[in-house]
Amino acid sequence: MLTYAEKIRELSAQLLREDKVDMVIGFRKGSLPMSNEPCMVKNPGDADKLVWDSNCGVNLASYLTDRKERIGIIAKGCDSRNINTHIIENKIKREQLTIIGVPCTGMIDKRKVSNSVDFDIIEVIEEADKVIVKGAGSEQTFDKKEVLRKNCEVCIHPNPVVYDEMVAEKVDINQDVDRYADVREVEEMDSDDRWQYFEDLLSNCIRCYACRNACPLCYCPTCFVDESQPQWLGKSTNATDTRGFHFLRAYHCAGRCTDCGSCETVCPMGINMRAFTKKLEKDCLENFEWQAGLNTEQRPPLDSFNPSDPDAFVK
Amino acid sequence: MKGQTEMKIIKIKKEAWGQGLEKLQSEFRLFGPVADKDGFEFKELAQGQLPVMDLGNTRLSAKSTVYPQTQVMFNYTLDESKEDHHIMKEVDLNGQPQAVIGLRPCDAASFQLVKRNFDNPEYPDPFWVRPYEQSTFVGLACDNPSPTCFCTSVGGGPYSENGLDVLLSREGEVILAKVITEKGEALAKAAGWDTDADENVFDERRDAAEKKITAKINSDQLKGKNANDLFSAPIWEDIAFACLNCGTCTYSCPTCWCFDIQDEVKGTEGKRMRNWDSCMYPLFTLEGSGHNPRPVKEMRVRQRFMHKLKYYPDKYDSDVQCVGCGRCIDLCPVNIDIRDVCETMNNYKPLKSES
Amino acid sequence: MQNPYLPYPVRIDEIITETEDKNLKTFKFVFLNPEDEEKFSYKAGQFAELSVTGKGEIPIGIASSPTEKGFVKFTVNKTGLVTKYLHNMQVGDIMGIRGPLGNWYPWKELEGKNVVIIGGGFAFTTLRSSIVYMLENRDKFGEINVIYGARSPGLLLYQEELKAWEAAGDIKMHITVDATDDPDWKYNVGFVPTITEEKAPPADENTYAIVCGPPIMIRFTQPVLDKLGYAHDHIINSLEKRMKCGIGICGRCNIGEKFVCKDGPVFTLEELNNLPFE
Repeated sequence: MLTYAEKIRELSAQLLREDKVDMVIGFRKGSLPMSNEPCMVKNPGDADKLVWDSNCGVNLASYLTDRKERIGIIAKGCDSRNINTHIIENKIKREQLTIIGVPCTGMIDKRKVSNSVDFDIIEVIEEADKVIVKGAGSEQTFDKKEVLRKNCEVCIHPNPVVYDEMVAEKVDINQDVDRYADVREVEEMDSDDRWQYFEDLLSNCIRCYACRNACPLCYCPTCFVDESQPQWLGKSTNATDTRGFHFLRAYHCAGRCTDCGSCETVCPMGINMRAFTKKLEKDCLENFEWQAGLNTEQRPPLDSFNPSDPDAFVK
Repeated sequence: MKGQTEMKIIKIKKEAWGQGLEKLQSEFRLFGPVADKDGFEFKELAQGQLPVMDLGNTRLSAKSTVYPQTQVMFNYTLDESKEDHHIMKEVDLNGQPQAVIGLRPCDAASFQLVKRNFDNPEYPDPFWVRPYEQSTFVGLACDNPSPTCFCTSVGGGPYSENGLDVLLSREGEVILAKVITEKGEALAKAAGWDTDADENVFDERRDAAEKKITAKINSDQLKGKNANDLFSAPIWEDIAFACLNCGTCTYSCPTCWCFDIQDEVKGTEGKRMRNWDSCMYPLFTLEGSGHNPRPVKEMRVRQRFMHKLKYYPDKYDSDVQCVGCGRCIDLCPVNIDIRDVCETMNNYKPLKSES
Repeated sequence: MQNPYLPYPVRIDEIITETEDKNLKTFKFVFLNPEDEEKFSYKAGQFAELSVTGKGEIPIGIASSPTEKGFVKFTVNKTGLVTKYLHNMQVGDIMGIRGPLGNWYPWKELEGKNVVIIGGGFAFTTLRSSIVYMLENRDKFGEINVIYGARSPGLLLYQEELKAWEAAGDIKMHITVDATDDPDWKYNVGFVPTITEEKAPPADENTYAIVCGPPIMIRFTQPVLDKLGYAHDHIINSLEKRMKCGIGICGRCNIGEKFVCKDGPVFTLEELNNLPFE
């Protein structure tokens, strides 16, 4: 994976040197194992700070919203689809962007790794498709595919769908994954079990809004949950208000979500809020043959009107 | 010091531990770390439930045991047929005494830092002070600090007794309890823990535990710096770039105390409550007129670090408003690390004025 | 000790619509428990939290003067959730006030001194309190100048009182509006900074300026006061910030080491110069 980082540095330095962009948005090495920090680089000399490994799960499209500069941005498959969505929704202009595409081999689920070892992790090293986890006097090696994020396990768009440069050859796509096994499991529950499932799912939410804030789709200047006139939801830890927040947020993302997994990655409490977004993603695929962000020509299904819509109520 | 007792060490065996806690439950509400999904949190212990004492620190701090995320302050009715309609009635704060079992010395110290804010001489805050006064803090020493623990560089330590009534040290099935205050003594008595330990291993274990702490922050230069220089330093854009402005750091922090006050009504019955709030949120400072003095995230991130590392120490002539628990480092979704920020601030030298 | 978050119950005794746009109303409150009035003993410049059950609280400067007994008055601009609701409340309705909160204009220091009050728009409330207080204690102060402006005549607060003060002549009134097409307007026309430059007395050791108004007014008045030679420890400002608890605990009005609600809202410009510029 080193070659990815080298290529990213080289391309970024070049873009900055040739004054083609004002900044490059990428990742720099984090202070903890399995953590990289989104950053911007403005000087070609600082491009060396940029890194790439399997800990770049935060979706960088979030950092583009309403920016005015000319920006170089590092984009894996999902980021690129959210860049398209941003372009469709006028949150950034294509002309502002130089997209450095990264064919993605999947991101590591930090929580999964931490919970799989019984020592404090001091260092994590990636070698080919192995992940070597080191503690004080301990070491454990995983196959990378064992410790991937759940959304990465079932990803069918690892390659950027829009880019100006690519740091490597596209990766092979595993087309025969069962993308929605987890959704079907919930769909098949009876209503009591399903209620219980969602109640448990959100029981420890602290309403820090990391999921919303990391989501490239959640750029509303005032989120409905923050609105005071009218105040749609209470601000306490009341379970109904907490659920209201997650349900409504998921619906706001329906037809726009790329299942990038940022929401789940950033959640400090380990809540799998993809349980909501994924269901809606599945519905959009089944009802509208729609996958978000594959191009800039088509608007999301809930954001467009077609006179030939089969449903009478729309007409 | 008031409430200080002659140092006494008690030995508690496994059975006596469980029995003692159960006895305590007739007198105290007990709080302790319990499993919650893939982590551990402070919760009220059910009858007979044992706190988890053999794993790392809780994901969120122990602050909620005194200062819950949502706390009702007043009740009222809007029903005008009732005599006292629209008049606020204080909730009963004189509840049962409580004991917080198994909090780490960092969390115990945090109550002492936060106390300066809530238990101030002009307006002591009854919603914090009364639960605090009713609490007995039974700490658990940290023999295996985590890689992000830096309590020793902010005036604490894995065996620090600051803010604790009892300090426990655990080895295998045996717990040694150092009784620090009268409150602690009363608790030990109520639990029936009265077997004197034959040896004092606390100092020895403390030295070993302190040696395991490798993380640190340097804040030694901050006191001498001008707050306005740091405020206007060109460091904040880079520090704040990745920040999502979520509330993870503030909500997980044992020393963050900011709150919001909200009214909620169901039918004709209403309550005024307070909820944790976060300086990371734009809403925190948004004024009714629409003006926001901190409209962009750089300003909000700056406020958090300046408050913790500069304003608080200046205001109270104390160390930083941080106990080194490392939670914000572990939980920050984008790896903003207070150790690095503190280092940047500590090393910052303003350019000489050119005028 | 009294719970500092517990409002005193009050009844709305009178509601006066102050401005022609009807966005400003003055509410006169009477304490339900007469002994609470004693406890609510305040000085001009302080504020209180107006508490509306089911809606919340808002920090509002006290518009009545401590010398006015039997009631307290607040002038409220209709902006947010609570103020909109409050504007629709009726005489006789029960609500709460919590305070008095914050510090006040430095009345001890101002005794025997000349005072220039410079106010704009609806930020004139605690200035009204101050003027009434000074008029009641007229012999304790030197020359008093009041420069007060609004966008148009119909947007001036306390219009009857302004005219009465102007006529009585105990203080030098300089009422101004940004513009007007009223042919009978007999006061000044011009922005507050301009009128300040024309009318404010020259600075000296014994003259203090109290400035309270919208940020834009403050921004353009400041250079005028500098030009007139006012020392920064002789310029007194009252700040507005989002507040909740009002007692320096909840954290949102923090600037540097200070909490605006408790350490302020009144600061000298010199004090503000030493705080982070937020």
